[in-house]
Amino acid sequence: MTDFEHASVVLCPAGPMLLRGKHEIQDADGKIHRTVRPVSAVCMCGGSAIKPWCDGTHRLLAARARDNDETPG
Amino acid sequence: MLPKSRGTLSAAVFTALQSGATGRLESAPESEEDAQIALWALYELHYRGFDEVDPDLEWDPDLLRVRRTLERSFEAELRARWEQSPLHEDSELGLTGLVDSHDGPSLARFVQRRADREQVLELLQHRSLYHLKETDPTSWVVPRLEARPKAALMEILFDEYGGGDPNRLHHHLFRRGLEAAGLRSDHACYVDEAPVEILAMNNAQSLFGLHRQLRAAALGHFAVFESTSSVPSRQLAQGLRRLEFPEELAAYYDEHVEADAVHEQVAVRDVCGAFLDEEPSERDHLLFGAFTCLDLEARYARAMLTRWGAS
Ligand code: FES
Ligand SMILES: [Fe+2]
Ligand SMILES: [Fe+2]
Repeated sequence: MTDFEHASVVLCPAGPMLLRGKHEIQDADGKIHRTVRPVSAVCMCGGSAIKPWCDGTHRLLAARARDNDETPG
Repeated sequence: MLPKSRGTLSAAVFTALQSGATGRLESAPESEEDAQIALWALYELHYRGFDEVDPDLEWDPDLLRVRRTLERSFEAELRARWEQSPLHEDSELGLTGLVDSHDGPSLARFVQRRADREQVLELLQHRSLYHLKETDPTSWVVPRLEARPKAALMEILFDEYGGGDPNRLHHHLFRRGLEAAGLRSDHACYVDEAPVEILAMNNAQSLFGLHRQLRAAALGHFAVFESTSSVPSRQLAQGLRRLEFPEELAAYYDEHVEADAVHEQVAVRDVCGAFLDEEPSERDHLLFGAFTCLDLEARYARAMLTRWGAS
């Protein structure tokens, strides 16, 4: 049996970046945020209210973009 | 303490649980409430039990026979709801598609903007039936999985259970929140206040969790639960702060904004995705569980909004 692929950094399509294990993340203002969970999700869409972490807002942004596409004209 | 009975079957089951004389039980319920409260109590024997019930009755064959009869009709009813849904027709639909296409009313949005204190207190009591044993029904599934979905599920469960720190454990955070709000916080202490829709939600999770043959439904349910939590949790936290509930309670929902943004990704991709790679024939079961989560939540939300004159 071969080993499984198991990345420690995972980019989710249209979603956050997952980080496995302990990391220290420096935000745009220079502030350090430590991960506290086995896996953490870093916001990649820019819309989160709890940056650097993802808060699910990317889904609302995607839904809004879909709705706009569907609006004629 | 055993809950109050809600009909002839639950009354007979609760009497038998107290006396240990389980031999003569019929299993025909008088109503849905009667069936759900009886089933709930029978499941509870596998979680924390009741002080006045002999722990040996957990595996009593006569009680298991009653439980199985109730479970069979409950599962048939849940399956019928899934098979009648237009979403069932779409053979391309995945988990995320299911969540995006299902629309139901949102209690979280109502709490965020309009609910009053009394309504929120009622909601918290109802939700406590699950939140005080949060994740426990899903933990039954772990030994039934292959390596990839098992490791991924454990990544989430470890976080739900506080990553080794009991102070971060989610059902403990909820307990602290209830206490800060002046509510009771013992396991299942508000079961008598729970409407039938809440009992059904609770029982569906135990049904899926306890049966190996329903493991896919348990995973689908879990993934949807995690995927529909971050944004509503933020709305709930805002509503609680608007109504000046204590910070401890809002903090429980803050934690879920952040944690479930992670859990959603891992549950959908690494748990359910990996599970279906290994057991592709389980797809319909998985979607059945996923739909049931959305469907029962929507049913509860409709019932509450109607009751509050807010729909
Ligand atoms: S990636 Fe999820 S909120 Fe930005
Ligand atoms: Fe949780
Ligand atoms: Fe979670």
